[in-house]
This record gives sequence, structure tokens and C-alpha cells, in this order.
Amino acid sequence: MQTEESATTASKSEFSPRRASAISGIIHSRRAQVGFGIITFFIVLAIAAPVVAPYSPYAFPAPGPPYSPPSSRFLLGTDYVGEDILSELIYGGRVSITVGIIVALLSTAFGTFIGIIAGYYMRTIDEILMRLTDIVLILPSLPLMIILAAYLGPSLQTVILVLTVTAWPAVARVVRSQTLSLRERPFVDSARVAGASDFRIIIKVLLPNLASIIAANAVLITEIAIGGEAALDFIGLGDISVVSWGTMLYWAQSYAPFNGAWWWVIAPGLCIVIVGLGFVLISVSIENVFNPKLRST
Amino acid sequence: MAGAETQGDVHKCDLNGILEIQELTVHFHRKDRIIGRQTTIHAVDRVTLTLSKGETLSLVGESGSGKSTLARTVLKLHHPTSGTILFRNKDIFRQDRTESKSFRKRVQMIFQDPYESLNPQSTVLSSVIEPMIIHGLAKDKRESMASRLLTMVGLDPTSKLDRYPHELSGGERQRVAIARAISLEPELLVADEPVSMLDVSIRLEILHLLQTLKNELHLTYLFITHDLGVARYIGTRIAVMYFGQIVEIAETDELINQPLHHYTNLLLSSIPGSENSQPLAVKADVDYSFSATEPPSGCRFRTRCPKAQEKCALKEPELTELTARHFVACYYPLSR
Amino acid sequence: MKAVDGVSFTVNKGEILGLAGESACGKTTTALSIMRLHGANAVVEGKILLEGRDILQMSNEELRDFRWKRISMIPQGSMNSLDPVISVGNQITEAIQAHENVHKSEAWKSAEKLLSSVSIDPSRAKNYPHEFSGGMKQRAVIAMALALNPSLVIADEPTTALDVVVQKQLLLLLKELQRNLSISFLFVSHDLSVIGEIADRLAVMYAGKIVEIGPKSVVLKQPSHPYTRALVNSVPRVFGSRQLLHSIPGSPPTGIWPSGCRFHPRCEFAFEPCKQKEPQLEVSMTGVHAACHLISQEKETGFSTKR
Repeated sequence: MQTEESATTASKSEFSPRRASAISGIIHSRRAQVGFGIITFFIVLAIAAPVVAPYSPYAFPAPGPPYSPPSSRFLLGTDYVGEDILSELIYGGRVSITVGIIVALLSTAFGTFIGIIAGYYMRTIDEILMRLTDIVLILPSLPLMIILAAYLGPSLQTVILVLTVTAWPAVARVVRSQTLSLRERPFVDSARVAGASDFRIIIKVLLPNLASIIAANAVLITEIAIGGEAALDFIGLGDISVVSWGTMLYWAQSYAPFNGAWWWVIAPGLCIVIVGLGFVLISVSIENVFNPKLRST
Repeated sequence: MAGAETQGDVHKCDLNGILEIQELTVHFHRKDRIIGRQTTIHAVDRVTLTLSKGETLSLVGESGSGKSTLARTVLKLHHPTSGTILFRNKDIFRQDRTESKSFRKRVQMIFQDPYESLNPQSTVLSSVIEPMIIHGLAKDKRESMASRLLTMVGLDPTSKLDRYPHELSGGERQRVAIARAISLEPELLVADEPVSMLDVSIRLEILHLLQTLKNELHLTYLFITHDLGVARYIGTRIAVMYFGQIVEIAETDELINQPLHHYTNLLLSSIPGSENSQPLAVKADVDYSFSATEPPSGCRFRTRCPKAQEKCALKEPELTELTARHFVACYYPLSR
Repeated sequence: MKAVDGVSFTVNKGEILGLAGESACGKTTTALSIMRLHGANAVVEGKILLEGRDILQMSNEELRDFRWKRISMIPQGSMNSLDPVISVGNQITEAIQAHENVHKSEAWKSAEKLLSSVSIDPSRAKNYPHEFSGGMKQRAVIAMALALNPSLVIADEPTTALDVVVQKQLLLLLKELQRNLSISFLFVSHDLSVIGEIADRLAVMYAGKIVEIGPKSVVLKQPSHPYTRALVNSVPRVFGSRQLLHSIPGSPPTGIWPSGCRFHPRCEFAFEPCKQKEPQLEVSMTGVHAACHLISQEKETGFSTKR
């Protein structure tokens, strides 16, 4: 990936010079600015939901008449029960984004662990781990998701588990291949010659050099997971009693078309797309954070 | 007196010998996944060599000769297929945890590529103190030690400690690598082509630095190079490797002025500007790269040697002492 | 920033001119500029005359006509830039067909002939680069450069990655080609001893300028410029008496050129004019051209500061 703009020299702050220029590395890339803007906006919205949302999405009785189009009372109209769609959107964002982040963290952690061990130790361990990874990778994700969800019962935890299971193999492969090439580089030999244990080499030498690609991957997984959560909800495998962008689409697909409630469909769909775009933009510039060439002292 | 090299008589206790390599063989097996064919790379074959305390042995050879593999095996980066290496009379491949840790303090390495031997994510300070952290040096002493080390290798600590490798020139990076290598006061330093990737005018400075450090810290050097000029400049003895084996060892000037092995002679006469040439008929289009070829039977150099005879194909010649401390592995060495 | 600053030299017919210098001295930029292969953002001034015609004034069509046919190049690291999925013979054939309208079979025959002229068995034309050794790959690249009978071949560090024995073979080959085909070579290298072996005349570059130029043996054995002298004295020699070697303090500048004589910060003979005024190339006591204020001083006083 090309770095776009270089970081400014670090100013004296409470951050160490390393972190300060990393952050400015992100700030100075236009793509990252847009991406960060989008994500920050949605996260702030999600956190501030109780304050910002005009109604509760679970309000009983529902605040408005069903299928009412956007108006001054209900900025995005109401759904088939009469709940305010804008409020649903805001609260739904909490669930969708949280699921995305949790899945990204879990699958990245596990995939990285498998990938590094396989890439570092090679031979038998690599064979075993990679066969395991291949098996999971080969299984078609949507049917796998459906089977797992059907077996475990529809719930938020199932969704998270299912998405994590289908996401980690790709991480493992990428990390493994990077590890394979990294471990041949002289500075790894240098660490070994200095007496570093395998553990130290993996954590202190390999991991920092893998950080860039791991982070970029994690951000992309977040984006995919948000979409994946929506997909699972859409086919009814999520917990449909919880409001998320995906469950909104689930209800919308059944009821909206015959009632002309286009706003109900577009709103969550658009959010998923925009948030996804935000994460993609960040992932493109995330190399800047970890590139030592942008750290000047 | 330098350690003995005769193969039949392996000295287990040389009072001066700090490193003894005995019949070391390192083979790599490459399996072709598609065809299923196994190739064996004969990187090092039955090398016996002793390093005396305080000497600088230059190990010379072309690419594929096995010199780097030998150096890396001394640092335990490769495992021998057979043979042993003794450091201070102890087998380095049969060490327990404490001995292994101690070995890491006493034997260190300087790598060839200054652009790749430092962790790009670590500052100079981190790179230099890493060995100290590994071996448990007191935390409050580390930074001052790092400053002292940088000064010893000719770098200014205040301006360099916080830098990342990409902010330094090749020569500076190599100095950092040297500082790191000497940080735990090693006894033996293995240098694998430490100057070949540096600018010509910088090389000499680094060589001088290594020389100075050797005297100040009482080091012993195993110096790997393909450049005979450098080998001569820094080495007290020169060993010549060909296709995984040592073909000649002698003291520096003796080897250069009176080479006995035909390969040594070929090397010397190939040096640009050399007036010394016994013209050797070297076929131009034959592939001499060592990597995937099976070694010829008997003497490995016989396929290129103008004096090869039947005997050479039958049995590998052994390193024998022809004149005082001058060893050669050849049935028909150059006459003096 | 002037990577190459006012460089002038002549390559005579059938001679090998060596261009020596360390990294960032501008030698590769000079070589690339002759073929007009410098980057798109380069500003090029001056004249490059090939057999009377100014290369820098040529149109793109004229350039296509002359590139490879009158001058060709062996770029740095080219032996590792051979296409791994195309046979060596085909790569040479492609080079020929790119410039001449010939049938593939004819071009293939030429390719085979070219390979044998660089001592490679023509039957190996069908092999792939990975089946060639390093030295053979380099010779294949030379064969490609010779494909259309150029008068001048620019070779940029052709022996740098090669072992000393293979290097010797290659240098002998170049000498042979020079003799048999009357080709001129511009041989660019940081390795003074290699240039010493192969070149007839030698130009030493430092910080974008030529500091000394003249017959090889004079420049190397009796250098007029302090940088040349320092460079010669900093290379450990294999034969001869053990020299007293001195390293050159500091490192070669990369882009920010010092004032006056660009070498003055590292020069042991620097005196007042060196910081202020840039020396011009003039004829020295040994008959070569060198750019150093000491030369005029020597000519005046008849006294040389060189030991």
C-alpha cells in the first residue's frame, strides 16, 4: 500500500513521539479523515443513543401510526408497528457496530495466533494448523452460518460466533504468509543469536512487524461482519427481538414492499453501506500508523 | 600455535583453541512438491577447523561455497547433519538452558545486510539494549550502557539513540549492529560479509573499527568474505572454501604469495588487475553454480582443474599440512 | 537538485571508458540520460552527440530508431530482471523484433548466434533464466544488448553481483567483444579495481561532477585529484606490499552539495579557495584532466603536495 502523506514531526505532548506521529499519520490522509469522520459520527451516535434518539425503539405503545412517511415528528417515518425508524436506526447502530467490532477482535486474535504459530514453527505444526484452517475456509460461509445458527438457536451470541468462525481462517492465512517471509529476515536471526526465546521473537519481533497488516485486516473484517450480521438477521437467524440494522431489514423485507414504506428499507441499508465505506477508508490508511518511516523524532 | 587441522587426529583439548569445528556437515533437503523429487544441498561437508583465541580467521569463498552456512551453524542458526562444534571444549549442540544462555553472551554475529539486520520497528536504543533485556541486565544500567556502546562504535548517542534504522545510513546501521553485538562482551565474533554492502569509502572505517574493538575487547574473529583484499587486510589466517569444503588454510601472506591449491590460484588470478596468473582453462558456458548440483566424486574441484588426474576422481583428498601451518587438500598441489 | 552537473566526456570509437564513483555521485543518472531513460520529471540540459547527432534533440521516432541500434544498455541488476516465464532465446528474439521487421525464425537464428558470441551454447536458447547461472544470465543480457550491432554499449555495474571468477570471465568477454566488433563501452562501476582491469580511459565522478578523467593507468597509479587518490588508497589490495590504508572521513553527499569544491569537507588538502570557488577541469602535471585548486598551485610552484 502506498502511504499518501507523511506525518508531521511530533510535537511535545503527553503522548510518546511514536504514538503522536502515528495519529497525525492518520489525520493527514484525506481518505482516513473521511473514514474516521464517518466512523466517529456513528460511534458517537450509538453511544449517545439514549440522549439523541427521539423515542425508544421498543416503546410500548408505539409512538406513531404504522407506515407513516418521514415527517417532522418522525424524521424517517415509522415501521409496521409505529415505532420511530430514526430511533431504531440509532439504537440499531449500537448492536450492528458492536457486533462488527467484537467479531473483528475475536477473529483477528484467533486467526493471528494460529497464523503466527503455523508460520513460525512450520513443518508439522504448520501442516496441522493449515489443514484445520483449510477445512473451515472451504466450507461455504453462508450455509455454514445457517447450519450453525439453526443448531445453536437464533441469538446475538450465535451471530457473533458464526461470523467469527467464518472470518478467522482468512486472517490466519494472511498472517501465516507474512510470518513465513518475516522469519527469514536477518533481524529475526539477530534476535535468535542474541538469545531471544521463541516467545520473545514472536511477540516482540514478529508481531510489531505484522501489526500493520493485522490492523488493516481487522478493520476490513469489521466492515464485513456488519454486513454479515445484517445478512444473518435478514434470513431470520439473528435475534429478531433485538433492534439492529439487520433485523430492521428483516422486518422491512416482509412488510415494507406492500406498504410503500421505502424509507424503512433504505435507512438501515444506507447506514450499513456508509459505515462499511468508513471502515474501508480507514483500512487503506492504517499502514501509516505502523510505518516507522513516518515517525520522526 | 594454531590448532591442528588434520582430520584423523581430532584434538579435543587445544589450550589455545576457542572454537573447534569437527567434521561438520550441513545438508539441506529440498523436496519438490510437485514432482516429489528430493534434492540435497551439500552446503558444508566434513569441515574441520580450529580457531585460536585472539586470531582473525578470514573464511573466503564464492557464493554457494558454504561459508555463510558454516558461519550460521556456529551461531546455531542451523543444525548440523553430522559433526560437532565445540566452544571452549563444550559441544554447543548439547547445551542445557544455562549453557545455552551463556553461549549467546559469548558468541555473537554481525550480519551482511545493514538494511535488514535491524528491526525496522525498533529504535536504535531498543535494538542495542535488547540483548541486555534478554540476559537480565539491570534496567537502570541499560541506557547508560547503550550510550557507552554507541560512543565506542563512533556514533553520537544523543542524536542517534532515538532514531529508527531507516533514518541512518548503511555505515551507521552497521555500527549499530556492531554495538549490539558487543553489548554483552562476547569472546567470539562471527562477521558475515559485514562490509560488502557498504560504499567503498565507508568499508575501511568499519574494518578499522572492527580491528580497534578486537584489540580493546580481546575478541576472536571468524570473518566471512568473498573479497580477498579484505580477507588479507583483516585476517591473520585465511581459509579457502569450495563447494562445502575447506581446500586450503594458511597464514595470510603465505597463502597469497604461495598458494598450493588450484582453486586458490584461480581465485587469485581472477582478481582484477592481478599480474599473477597461471592461465587456467575455465570453460565459459558451463554452469558452476553449486546450489542444486551433486558434488563430483572425489575432489570436488577436479571438473575445473587443469591438473586433474584419475586419482582425483576416486577419493576426496584430505587437508594435510604440507609446510609449516599451511594445509591443503590436493593430490597434486602447485609446486613451490 | 542537480544529480549531474556539467558533466562532459567523450567516448572514442572502440574504446572502453570507465565511469567510476560511489553511490549518489550521478554515474547511473548520467548513463540513463544518454539513453534518455531518466525519469519524466528530470530536467536535462546540454548535448549528447552520437556520431554527430544530438540525442537530446531527437524526436520520439528518431529515438526509437537509434535506441538499441546505435546505443544499447545493460542496466543495473538486469541479470535479475530477466522475465522468468519466457525463454532466454525468446527474450532476445523479442528485443530484435521490437526494432527490426524480421520474421521470428530469422530473429531466433540471430539470437542463437548472439548467445554463442558470448560463449553460451546456442542450444540453451530454449532454457529459462532460472536454468542459467548468474554469470550466464549476465552474458545473455549482454547478448541482448548486442542484438542490433550498436556502436556503443552502456554497462551499469555489470559485474557487481558476480563472484570473482565469473567476473573475470565476463571482463575477458567484454574485452574480446571490444576487439572483434569494435564496440565502445561506457562501463559504470563503483569498483575501481574492476574498472582498472577493463577500461582504457577512466572518469571519476563525485557529487554530480567529473573530478578526474584520463588514461586508466595514469589516473589509478598517479591520481591528480585528492578524491581519486583517497579512493585508490582505501581499497585493500591483495598483492603487493601491505599498504597503509586511510579511510575517507565523512560520507558521500546525497543531494545537498557542499559549497565550492564539493569534496572539500572530506579532503585532507583543502585550503582557502576550496570552500568558495568550484574548481574547473584543467590539465594536471600528469597530463590528465582534473578539477582541483591544487593543480593550478602545483603548476605555479612546481611543487606537488602528493607524496
